[in-house]
Amino acid sequence: MSATNHVTLEFPAIAQNVEFARVAVACFASQIDSFTMEEIDDIKLIVSEAVSNVVLHGYDSPGGLVRVHAVIEGNVLTITVEDTGRGIADVEQARQPAFTTSPDRMGMGFTIMEALSDDLDVSSRPGAGVRVIMKKAPRMAGSEEHERRS
Amino acid sequence: MRTETRAIGNVLVVRLSGELDLGTAPEFRAKLEEELDAKPDITRIFLVLRDVTFIDSSGLGAILGRYRRLRAHGGGLFAIAPSPQVRKVFDLSGLTSIIPVYETEDEAWARASGV
Ligand SMILES: Nc1ncnc2c1ncn2[C@@H]1O[C@H](COP(=O)(O)OP(=O)(O)OP(=O)(O)O)[C@@H](O)[C@H]1O
Ligand SMILES: [Mg+2]
Repeated sequence: MSATNHVTLEFPAIAQNVEFARVAVACFASQIDSFTMEEIDDIKLIVSEAVSNVVLHGYDSPGGLVRVHAVIEGNVLTITVEDTGRGIADVEQARQPAFTTSPDRMGMGFTIMEALSDDLDVSSRPGAGVRVIMKKAPRMAGSEEHERRS
Repeated sequence: MRTETRAIGNVLVVRLSGELDLGTAPEFRAKLEEELDAKPDITRIFLVLRDVTFIDSSGLGAILGRYRRLRAHGGGLFAIAPSPQVRKVFDLSGLTSIIPVYETEDEAWARASGV
């Protein structure tokens, strides 16, 4: 498959929208028909982590927005999750397993995004927000033994 | 998400179904805190995850929080029958090395009811 397609979602950074975002992106991703069910579940999870982070950590005051952009180019899905909030001062530190600024959380969001995407890029300017870019392609694209969804 | 609870002796059996994420974790947390406050004899939670279709780090944090509350008083929390998706997130996050996971409720009763 070599088609190109894209979708952009923009919504308030509130908890109710986390499910919407992951289901919408998973539905879009399923246009790449060689993704397995497990890979679609991985996509749901990494979107959930990135969007939850904006809701939890992104803004000091209510009303902030999350922008999710997903692109399909050939067999590759690229997901960008952005906010214009407080940003992250030290991205390298934030990406460490178990690092969190909230004492009741595990600090595993970025670790999960890294483990389940093929590539994770996090960039931030303090005071200007965070941009997370994740790429994922079907592991076994084209294989005959590949367990397809349909 | 739905949370069903039943106290059996000093074990609280909790059956969760649906999706445990940032949107639903507060309700889960509140329900369990309420139960633990009302039933001070409870020392262990058996958390049956068979019908949980999705979990992320917010769900893990909510589970870990209840585990810590019970551990602080010498009790524990045991995860039972996670689906492959839930199991994968437990393993990735390292939660499996903190919280014991059993495949069936019978196994939890056999191995964890005397803790
Ligand atoms: N969009 C964001 N805006 C500002 N800070 C962020 C953002 N995303 C992440 N962070 C910072 O990076 C830290 C690590 O994020 P990560 O997702 O790994 O853990 P967490 O969200 O704290 O916990 P968990 O994901 O396990 O619930 C956060 O505690 C927060 O300080
Ligand atoms: Mg997080």
